[in-house]
Amino acid sequence: MATPFELGAEALQAIRLTLLLATLTTLALLVLATPLAWWLAHTRSRWRAPVGALVTLPLVLPPTVLGFYLLVAMGPDGPLGQLTQALGWGVLSFTFGGLLLGSIVFSLPFAVQPIQNAFESIGSRPLEVAATLRAHPLDAFFTVALPQARGGLVTAAILAFAHTVGEFGVVLMIGGNIPGQTRVVSTLIYGHVEAMEYAQAHLLAGGMLAFSFVVLLALAWVRRSAGRVLP
Amino acid sequence: MSDTLQVALALPRADFELRVDLRLPAQGISVLFGPSGSGKTSVLRCVAGLERARPGRVLVADETWQDDAAGIFVPTHRRALGYVFQEASLFDHLDVRGNLRYGTTRSRSARSARTLDAAIELLGIGHLLDRRPSQLSGGERQRVAIARALATEPRLLLLDEPMAALDVARRLEVLPWLERLHDELRLPMLYVTHSVDELSRLADHLVVLERGEVRASGPVQEVLAAVDSPVLPADEAGALLQGTIAERSERWRLARVAVDGGDFWMRDDGLPLGHAVRLRVLARDVSLATAEPSRTSIQNHFRGVVETIAPDGHPSQAVVRVRCGGTLLLARVTRRALDQLALEPGSPAWVQVKSVALVR
Repeated sequence: MATPFELGAEALQAIRLTLLLATLTTLALLVLATPLAWWLAHTRSRWRAPVGALVTLPLVLPPTVLGFYLLVAMGPDGPLGQLTQALGWGVLSFTFGGLLLGSIVFSLPFAVQPIQNAFESIGSRPLEVAATLRAHPLDAFFTVALPQARGGLVTAAILAFAHTVGEFGVVLMIGGNIPGQTRVVSTLIYGHVEAMEYAQAHLLAGGMLAFSFVVLLALAWVRRSAGRVLP
Repeated sequence: MSDTLQVALALPRADFELRVDLRLPAQGISVLFGPSGSGKTSVLRCVAGLERARPGRVLVADETWQDDAAGIFVPTHRRALGYVFQEASLFDHLDVRGNLRYGTTRSRSARSARTLDAAIELLGIGHLLDRRPSQLSGGERQRVAIARALATEPRLLLLDEPMAALDVARRLEVLPWLERLHDELRLPMLYVTHSVDELSRLADHLVVLERGEVRASGPVQEVLAAVDSPVLPADEAGALLQGTIAERSERWRLARVAVDGGDFWMRDDGLPLGHAVRLRVLARDVSLATAEPSRTSIQNHFRGVVETIAPDGHPSQAVVRVRCGGTLLLARVTRRALDQLALEPGSPAWVQVKSVALVR
């Protein structure tokens, strides 16, 4: 049992898991959200509005609702569960993989929107310029669109990371609270409070507070310099 | 035809249909001139493949860039063209050098390094290479954009009102560079503008567009002298002449410019003998006489033959086109004067020019 003002093995494990989850979620989201944001910024398809709304849904849905549906979908009888079982991955609910999937869905709008905004503010002109300079569209995407959208990408990464660290409802719904598997800082704090271990709760909650403040500070700095061209 | 540029396009626009069928010389500057919204930029974008006309045919020398009859449409990035956009189009995330190299590394030409150096020299931007686009003036930005386009070794350079976003001082700064381009390269250029000044200085061939249709297309001197279908407002109607500095008078500080059909004496601006110049003579500065003028302060007069008499803005006036040797001059006179002098097509006449402007 840990003494009040020092992090026990349990807390360290939860922090490590939280950071791992946030890092993997952020990386996955950058890969997934960038093409999606590009499509949303440039398409004239009639599917643009519905897809945009769908992507934004996690922003307004209660995490319990999202968690509930994900749980059902990932369960042994859900469509996702059937798929993962057919692929030999087993059932994802109450595993780290399931938690990762839930985090990705839950933080999707936080990654898509800044990148989409960045692509929209760049417009199509720089890409036309690149085409007149013999750049293939894919080449132009990587050498012009992405560098010019850097501010949006950094904002998206920070938001996705911070939002994943701070998630609670979805984790509890689909991950449970299994130490070393799905117990992250937010659920650990919940457990401490339930067990009346206020000292441990204070330590972790204070850490989260400081972390969140630093993240928002970093974000403000990124946003201010987004318009400036960094070397 | 391997030495021409052919552009045939049909493209529906919001309020009219763009329909052009042009054959342009494969040398010099062809200016697309017309009011805003006449479809000039659309023509340029279609030639570049940024927009797709259907049906369309774009042939540059022996290369086919688009031919819907044959199912050919070459995407923009595989067309050997240079495009200078209206507003600053430099990549913010790269410095000037990076911008210039963006095109050369992709055009995969063995000579690209030399071409790039030549373009840098031609546009005088060697001292700007390490700057960021945000540290350049508007004129410098456009010069870099032009050099960037040239460095890809295009077979056709497209310029879409490259000076529209610049103030007058910056324009005067960029124009000489464009003239230098024109004089030193054999590269054909399509230049979109609605500025009479730019067209007078730069055009070899002039295409006048109006609501998506070609109203006139031909050598600039001829199109501007076509009094039957004036392309400029009455006050700006005039002739464009090509000449060379033939003599400089130290005493009077005047220069004699030899044009086909006569000599102009005008202010000596210090241009050397033999220098090619372009003059603009406005119709309102030209008067007619039936006898050789004498005892007048007007220094320049020529003998010619009346070719055409066309109505002018006001019913009291007419624009008269007079051929003096190989040169066409326009004169704006009253109908009453024509009647008193009994001038009609074919009449010999003396043309007096009160003022002449050196456009370059």
